[in-house]
Amino acid sequence: MIELYVLLGLMIAGAIIAIEVRNLLSAVVAVGIVGLALSIIFLLLKAPDVALTQIVVEIVAVILLIRATLHREIAQKSCGTRPFGAFMGILFLGLAVVAAIVTFSSGLSPFGEPLMTVSRFYPLNAIAGTGATNVVSSIILDYRAYDTLGEATVLFTAVIGVLTVMRSVGKKKEEDLQENHE
Amino acid sequence: MSKEHDRGMSVIVKTVTRLTVGLILLYGIYIILHGHLTPGGGFAGGVIIALAFINLDLAFGGSAAAKIFSKRNTGLVEALGAVMFLTLALLGMKYGGFFDNFLHPDGNPGQLVSAGIIPLENIAISLKVGAGLFGIFLTLIVLQKFESEKK
Repeated sequence: MIELYVLLGLMIAGAIIAIEVRNLLSAVVAVGIVGLALSIIFLLLKAPDVALTQIVVEIVAVILLIRATLHREIAQKSCGTRPFGAFMGILFLGLAVVAAIVTFSSGLSPFGEPLMTVSRFYPLNAIAGTGATNVVSSIILDYRAYDTLGEATVLFTAVIGVLTVMRSVGKKKEEDLQENHE
Repeated sequence: MSKEHDRGMSVIVKTVTRLTVGLILLYGIYIILHGHLTPGGGFAGGVIIALAFINLDLAFGGSAAAKIFSKRNTGLVEALGAVMFLTLALLGMKYGGFFDNFLHPDGNPGQLVSAGIIPLENIAISLKVGAGLFGIFLTLIVLQKFESEKK
């Protein structure tokens, strides 16, 4: 389990670097470190489906972020320290630590033995019930297909939103109108 | 330098891309079609196919992949995937309920043609995810070009 903690430490370091560094491209690279380390952690925890999805989505996200930040002058504004924000941050961190101590003082269930017994149903019955040897696939596309429908709707809405907000047709028309007025 | 050469990245990147982009596409199709047998599935495979087109676009400059797969077509293919997924879900209502696996006992577990409608749902999701992500990528590039023309 030592490699898990090394990777977790790497992720925390990458996240802190991504926030603190001034160069935007370096921040994007640091975010990529977080995603790749998370993918290896999923692989170590024996979840290859999630690891595969995580690594490909991370690559797309990093490419989009680099394209969005590389050749564009983004106005950088440095703001001073905000005492109220720092106070609220420390307050919520303390509350989270107290809640974690109270919750976990009785001990967590060991790894691989969840508290909910419903998850034992799927590995035992999935092959006979759906015919799919990949149990994860049988869960997300058969037993819990409603969840997949909701996820597909979320992605559809996101794509429609990007295509609508960043369309170039309306902006060009607006520009033509301004030229006509002038 | 000709106009062909100053678009995109260097010759090395272009050559490597020309050799590997077909393999990336094939790997994505494999991940989708074997989604019910091995780790992977429609989402991951769709993203890999989108990455193959993004790879073409990055190596050969702005509009290389857009000639093969235009922005208008990405919207059409994405909507086609969504309609296909919903149609599969609604067809199940004839046999027992929403998302009923009506093709289920059609081959032994472990074969390519098995698991009922799960492979078809994987294909629908891959069309949706791949076309959607590539559409987002194209939109960002078009916006960038538009801004640089304005300057």
